[in-house]
Amino acid sequence: MFEAYAAESAHGGHGEGGGLPDPMHQFEIKRLVELDVFGIDASFTNSGLFMVIAVVLITAFMLWAMRRREMVPSRSQSIAELSYEFVANMLRDNTGTAGMPYFPFIFTLFMFVLALNMLGMVPYSFTVTSHIIVTFALAAAIILGITVLGFIKHGPGFLRLFVPKGVPVILVPLITVIEVISYLTRPVSLSVRLFANMMAGHTMLKVFGAFVVALGFLGGWAPLAFMVGFTALEVLVAFLQAYVFAILTCIYLNDALHLH
Amino acid sequence: MEPEAAKFIGAGLASIALVGAGLGIGTIFGNYLSGALRNPSAAAGQFPNLLLGFALAEATGLFGLVVALIILFVF
Repeated sequence: MFEAYAAESAHGGHGEGGGLPDPMHQFEIKRLVELDVFGIDASFTNSGLFMVIAVVLITAFMLWAMRRREMVPSRSQSIAELSYEFVANMLRDNTGTAGMPYFPFIFTLFMFVLALNMLGMVPYSFTVTSHIIVTFALAAAIILGITVLGFIKHGPGFLRLFVPKGVPVILVPLITVIEVISYLTRPVSLSVRLFANMMAGHTMLKVFGAFVVALGFLGGWAPLAFMVGFTALEVLVAFLQAYVFAILTCIYLNDALHLH
Repeated sequence: MEPEAAKFIGAGLASIALVGAGLGIGTIFGNYLSGALRNPSAAAGQFPNLLLGFALAEATGLFGLVVALIILFVF
């Protein structure tokens, strides 16, 4: 499988006929195991492989870190407990105690997106969240689930969410329409935020990497210095985008649980 | 005008949206800094809101970038 990667990047280098290599090549989906389920292409791709790697890493780390459950935590147990508390505090601050039953979901979501983003920072790996279909599937499932939850909890009264209090009666129809449209754009904004950050970041990394190679031994140190700083920024962005994805999910969950 | 040229012009125009992202991010961090310098003990409590505000401001700029990329690579 890694020979395919090496061949692909070598091919990408010569794709432009001696010019800079194509930065979009890194987002290509490659089928690793061909599978055909009733005519639907359900092949196991490099995207699926990295999702599996992320889940295995998170699960293995959490199980291994908590294997002894000491009162005074070891280093890895501290990290596991810190991540638990981080997400629990975020959920409790935004939804109160009514949202705590949804903690396993929010924790899974946060750790999954964080692991996928961080795995993308490893050289020669694949960033799963840099594909709009992945982030849109996540965001659509979240908003759909939250909307269904709102209707289960409040019945048709859930639609009171779109009529904010304290609005002059004349403006209510206009405000309601605006609120509905802004609610419907939530899955779009949630997914595009993560997708655009990941794709733009990795494209920039690739472009500046090409500059380092193109400027050679004498001039390549300037873009290289920028690359070091920018890679650090991208690691920060990877964490930040996972955090923002999770905290916005908490805020939307709070909207559904407590209508304003 | 050839479609190729129009694509590049359209992508360049769509990228102007990032000006808004830059302004918004600068505003948020500037306000956080001025508030933090006035009341340092309250600054740590607002740090999560800072990160959230930064991500939301950057998101709108990135929507423009996504339009530029769609124009370049899909059409």
